[in-house]
Amino acid sequence: MTTTRQPLDVQAIRKDFPLLSRVFHGKPVVYLDSAVSGQMPLPVIERMLHYEREEHTNVHRGVSTLSQEATDRYEEAREKVRGFLGAASAREIIWTRGTTEALNLVAQSFGRMVVKEGDEILLSAMEHHANIVPWQMLAQEKGATIKVIPMNDAGELILDGLDDLITERTKILGLVHVSNVLGTVNPVKEIIARTHAKGVPVVVDGAQAVPHLAVDVRDLDADFYAFSGHKLSGPTGIGVLYGKLAHLEAMPPWQGGGSMIRSVSWEKTTYMPAPGKFEAGTPPIAAAIGLGAAIDYVQALGLDRIAAHEHELLTYATERLERLPGLRILGTAKNKASVLSFVVDGIHPHDLGSLLDGEGVVVRAGHHCAQPVMTRFNVPATTRASFAYFNTREEVDVLVSAVVKAIELFK
Amino acid sequence: MSDPRELYQQVILEHNRKPRNFGKLEPCTHHAEGHNPLCGDQLELTLVVEDGLVQDVKFQGSGCAIDVSSASLMTQAVKGRPVAEAEAMAEQFRGMVRGELDPATQTPLLGKLILFQGVKDIPSRVKCAVLPWATLHAALKGEEEASTE
Repeated sequence: MTTTRQPLDVQAIRKDFPLLSRVFHGKPVVYLDSAVSGQMPLPVIERMLHYEREEHTNVHRGVSTLSQEATDRYEEAREKVRGFLGAASAREIIWTRGTTEALNLVAQSFGRMVVKEGDEILLSAMEHHANIVPWQMLAQEKGATIKVIPMNDAGELILDGLDDLITERTKILGLVHVSNVLGTVNPVKEIIARTHAKGVPVVVDGAQAVPHLAVDVRDLDADFYAFSGHKLSGPTGIGVLYGKLAHLEAMPPWQGGGSMIRSVSWEKTTYMPAPGKFEAGTPPIAAAIGLGAAIDYVQALGLDRIAAHEHELLTYATERLERLPGLRILGTAKNKASVLSFVVDGIHPHDLGSLLDGEGVVVRAGHHCAQPVMTRFNVPATTRASFAYFNTREEVDVLVSAVVKAIELFK
Repeated sequence: MSDPRELYQQVILEHNRKPRNFGKLEPCTHHAEGHNPLCGDQLELTLVVEDGLVQDVKFQGSGCAIDVSSASLMTQAVKGRPVAEAEAMAEQFRGMVRGELDPATQTPLLGKLILFQGVKDIPSRVKCAVLPWATLHAALKGEEEASTE
């Protein structure tokens, strides 16, 4: 575990990211879009390259030394994820393509098992589409309904009525840990405790949480916890679903094929125990090993130091941006992480995004796959800057200058 | 790739600030709604077509500066023109912002609308510029809705 140490040596860290030396439109790139996808440091890229050059084969197959080696590396990566999330057993760690697939797995396997006609699925008002649409599909199939925990104008969930929202028909709560639009860090532990008191399990979307704060699934008492490799300095195409073993053992498989079976005959097929029964087909092995390397990298930096650095940048950017005329920040929760969404009077977010791009500043402009959040705040889209451990105060200054120039242009 | 800032010329900014022919014609002979799902741009176009001429046209809705200025300049450009010519302009505009037609020689009907040619270098914004023209095409064809998807 990390202890109190020196702040991050950001200039040294930046050497691990060749992309940060690129130039767009004659301007050095300022990458403030880690909430869309984090950049991978060289040790992660090199680890995957080493696997593909020297170690590549399939896993859980055959008796060759090569195959055993690949299997060991792949399972070591799973063990790293277990440690990272504080799970009790590596059997509770399922590889998926990403958070979206992980949440679909919960909906299609666990959800289909427990949700019946007339039941209710509870979601928060700040969910990403990935934690809305799979539940709508299930609700439609089963004749169930979706209910929503509302939020206030600061972008904080209104929890006063939570105990009334959870009825005897509620079968699951889907909850985002950190909002990808508003940056709100939800009081997940408290909400889970209150939801469990009514006997309802909770699935947490942790995609935007794991890069910024230490997560302990046993301390949270989450039933399921999902995240993506590529937001955690790892590659795309790999993600994780943590599930309590008791749930995983009770759940049916959701995709069939090789790897997930114990034996197959025309009469009867039996399945592997978890996590194997949820992992049909050949997995993205290099990506899994790369995610393991990303966890090593992030843990070596220390999530406490990462959080402290990003919080300083967020505070600095907030102070500078909120002073600009006509600029409004969306998401002013007391507890925020690393994401800063804003709109400017008279400038559409897509125009602002293009103008910032012209200054080398990479941000996200759009609805952030969270259209109900846009509707809640009555905006078509926002511009969003997101900060990572390799960003600097000087980069925040470039962002602010670029926004000022855009405001001047549109005056 | 050209600099996105070059696209935001004064004409575009000015039409965004003060869109021309903004509103709704009632009654109208042709009508369509345009929607750009990616950006959330929304546009409603109403026209009065008589004797094969676009006698009047108005638009309303919300969108980015590229979308709004494109709509505003389009209404000015097609007003008073034969329907067939308006359709041909839509084709030329679409071809230009997709980089398929050279504004120097291949888009004679567009006139000052060639100031949108820079859009072709910003693929993510092509749909914004095209939406008003796609909506015009839909309205003239008697379709209720146009989408850039």
